Amino acid sequence: MKAIVSVIGKDTVGILAKVSGTCAEHNANIIDVTQSVMKDIFTMIMLIDISELTSDFSALSDALAALGESIGMKIHVMHEDIFNSMHRI
Amino acid sequence: MINTRDIMETINMIDNENLDVRTITMGISLLDCADSDIDSSCDKIYEKLTHKAEKLVATGEKIERTYGIPIINKRVSVTPIAMMTAVSGGDPVKYAKTLERAASTLGINFIGGYSALVQKGFASGDRALIESIPEALAVTEHVCSSVNIGSTKAGINMDAVALMGKAVKRAAELTADRNCIGAAKLVVFCNAPEDNPFMAGAFHGVGEPDTVINVGVSGPGVVRAAVAKCPDGDLTEIADIIKKTAFKITRMGQLVGTVASKELGVPFGIVDLSLAPTPAIGDSVAYILEAMGLETCGTHGTTAALALLNDAVKKGGVMASSHVGGLSGAFIPVSEDAGMIAAARCGELTIEKLEAMTAVCSVGLDMIIIPGDTSASTISAIIADEAAIGMVNSKTTAVRVIPAIGRSAGEELEFGGLLGCGPIMNVHSNCSSEKFIARGGRIPAPMQSLKN
Repeated sequence: MKAIVSVIGKDTVGILAKVSGTCAEHNANIIDVTQSVMKDIFTMIMLIDISELTSDFSALSDALAALGESIGMKIHVMHEDIFNSMHRI
Repeated sequence: MINTRDIMETINMIDNENLDVRTITMGISLLDCADSDIDSSCDKIYEKLTHKAEKLVATGEKIERTYGIPIINKRVSVTPIAMMTAVSGGDPVKYAKTLERAASTLGINFIGGYSALVQKGFASGDRALIESIPEALAVTEHVCSSVNIGSTKAGINMDAVALMGKAVKRAAELTADRNCIGAAKLVVFCNAPEDNPFMAGAFHGVGEPDTVINVGVSGPGVVRAAVAKCPDGDLTEIADIIKKTAFKITRMGQLVGTVASKELGVPFGIVDLSLAPTPAIGDSVAYILEAMGLETCGTHGTTAALALLNDAVKKGGVMASSHVGGLSGAFIPVSEDAGMIAAARCGELTIEKLEAMTAVCSVGLDMIIIPGDTSASTISAIIADEAAIGMVNSKTTAVRVIPAIGRSAGEELEFGGLLGCGPIMNVHSNCSSEKFIARGGRIPAPMQSLKN
């Protein structure tokens, strides 16, 4: 089972470290990361494996949302099936 | 990995364009709860509902969190209660109170099925149920009621139409202290579908399985944004854009329905392809029509634009889902749609234009606030007109009008929440339809019914 973490907001130091730190705390394995910075707006998309999570999915998504609020970024965690359903035939 | 642009598109749809699943509706058959004693019938119903739908809300919330899709409502629809009344006799309001009690226990948003199907005539229990509707809606909060008074196969039961005009008015009168909310929970159908997940018209048809999950998607905001990105394209291009967008929206509904059905262990019924607006700015069907190039919804060209929209939504949606059903068409509820509210306020959108629009879309004259002194026979005549459109065109039509008791044209009613607010719209009150309605009887089924 995989999920997509998306992080959007103003670029600052240590975003990737903080997000991956929270993922590690919940034992979510990072499979792929892509990021871009356009006019100070930082966008990062992360593919994570959630099959070995030590907590339930809600706890991870709450933790990441809380992290997002504390660093002023918008963080979403969504099961990858939503994207597969909407964008693949 | 999935394309970044696709990921951002989905997130933008949810965050900025009001994409959501409007409802997961669990249909539950009550046929095995019927008992000749009304109290034990009510007990069995409460037991079955609270058992079968026990995990509905929790499952809905879990799906919301896992997929990041807002699921606005969790609802239950049941077998038309008139059938229960037929077996048990007694005061049907007892059933309404039972449904309300179950809805509170389950934590759901609405429960539909305080209904009767009388398109060809009244069976035992039907009349009693219809007469009890105003009281049932006044003493409950979550219960929704619907009555099917006509169909392409059966014609229109004008005796029922006459009764429903009175029921609508009475439902508003009994809840006059609460913005006449009773009438907003009552819908009168022609060709009612048996698997509709949307309220107030949802009920669980007798041809349905014991339990079933039906999903209704939303997404006018997403379609509007997509159309707005193509300011100079011709209408063929617009139709293509709408189809592609509808495909994506429907796939999301299909996913939610499939997951919910698996988690709850209940068969998946249908995805309803309707575009359901909300009063939120931007989440409006009227704004889609305006994005196509109409200055205001309601002006000349509105019916054509709506026909294009409705058809393109179906064409896009039908391939995205394994089973499509329910109402499946663009909704035009006036008080629930910011663009419709604005168009009605400025006088561009009239009840006559809305009636014409219902010939090419789902569902009918919906959430229209009319003057409080409108007579019951005029309401019946509005119902008859709308039912005739449905009967002749072999489509579902419905009437949900709210007489604003004690108020007249120009004033407004505010319901709050998904039901929104709206101005009171003019009806033809100078010329009576009384004699026509008083004749009663049945309008015969049209030639279109003879398809065999």
